[in-house]
Amino acid sequence: MYDIKALYEAESVAHAVQLLLEHPQAQIIAGGSDVLVQIREGKRAGKELVSIYGLDELRGVSFEEDGAIRIGSLTSFSHITRDPIIQAHINVLGQAVDQVGGPQIRNIGTIGGNTCNGVTSADSASTLFAWDAIVEITGPEGVRRIPIQDFYIKAGQVDLRPGELQTAILIPKASYEGYEGHYIKYAMRNAMDIATTGCSVNVKLSADKTTMEDVRIAYGVAGPVPMRSATAEARAKGKPTTQSEIRAFAQTVLEDINPRDSWRAAKDFRQHIAVALAQRALTESIRLAGGVIHE
Amino acid sequence: MSKQYKLVRCTINGKQVEKMIDVRASLTDMLRDDYRLTSIKKGCEVGECGACNVLVNGECFNSCIYLAVWADGKEILTLEGLAGPNGEISDIQQAFIDEAAVQCGFCTPGFIMSAAEILESGKEYSDDEIRKLMSGHLCRCTGYENIFRAVKKTMLRRLGKNAEADAV
Repeated sequence: MYDIKALYEAESVAHAVQLLLEHPQAQIIAGGSDVLVQIREGKRAGKELVSIYGLDELRGVSFEEDGAIRIGSLTSFSHITRDPIIQAHINVLGQAVDQVGGPQIRNIGTIGGNTCNGVTSADSASTLFAWDAIVEITGPEGVRRIPIQDFYIKAGQVDLRPGELQTAILIPKASYEGYEGHYIKYAMRNAMDIATTGCSVNVKLSADKTTMEDVRIAYGVAGPVPMRSATAEARAKGKPTTQSEIRAFAQTVLEDINPRDSWRAAKDFRQHIAVALAQRALTESIRLAGGVIHE
Repeated sequence: MSKQYKLVRCTINGKQVEKMIDVRASLTDMLRDDYRLTSIKKGCEVGECGACNVLVNGECFNSCIYLAVWADGKEILTLEGLAGPNGEISDIQQAFIDEAAVQCGFCTPGFIMSAAEILESGKEYSDDEIRKLMSGHLCRCTGYENIFRAVKKTMLRRLGKNAEADAV
């Protein structure tokens, strides 16, 4: 038995908003692979819960009218990985969430929960940062959409106001069209582990495939929340796809990232792998985009 | 707070059932305590070890971190549901015995249910794919090699590749 004070099951998004307003102390539970574990640990014991797990309207991947990819917040990791729209346009996201926990966790864990939990190590988060994802939030005043960088306020805290819940994550067409990306999770084991550092890179090459028209890079566990390295991105933009430019790009990430010492890994080690991951992820992204890397 | 209950209607191992369930119960609690299905083990109870794994609508879930009330309207398959009409054990269970993939046995039902999902797909997976699909379980006895062999052999036999299975 879980130490739950009361459970309210939402029957629609509007009902969820109503329940959250009626029970301001309540915690939202989606798949529960974070919330239930925290209850077990005692951290969230004795609280009221509003369950949104039954809201099938928040599941699935589709296109918006403007071509943006819409991922319902309750879509599980395994369903994202298998989704044909994801595979065709932003396969790296499917690959990234395929590295969360183990198979059972990927069946219960949701992309909405992964981001609303507000932790820097979330495997989906760095890729969503790297693709300029937009977070859709529904609340008493209606729907608002904000860039994912603004959604994260600080470690463990996201921009959800009273009565609000996250209902979708959107990848704008301009963010994915013409881009290819790669995610690398560095962890101590291949399954059931949290990233020591995660790095997601994507690139848009020129028509002749020799120049990096745009490069975007984001990290998990390189700071208190997932983050981009704007200096490295600016450094690589417009440069040829050469070994030396890739190395220079990778070194530049150290100007932006701010990893810490923790029991999982030392700061120096995280900085070292952050550079190595940037180099490898950009190299693979260029290859996926059809480019060739010159000396 | 007074106790809160909800009527949970679901199909367990092919049989339609319903019971009033305490909303604080995990699916593990419900299956073990209300339906006496004790193949579901309480291991870590935080979704790490896989000993409580069951199939819900054909997908594997750690029932310890799945609220029982969410099972309403779902189809649940546990190890008990793999038995034949006269209580015969299934091919995958026999393979676990033959390969000595069982020692203390605590992790076994969970592993077998992940194997059941793999085998139900009817696909032939590579060694790496099988390892990844079975990676949500911890076994502290066997060292995994025998478990891996039991799954691979059963997969090949179901695909009619008996000679390849014997060579594993």
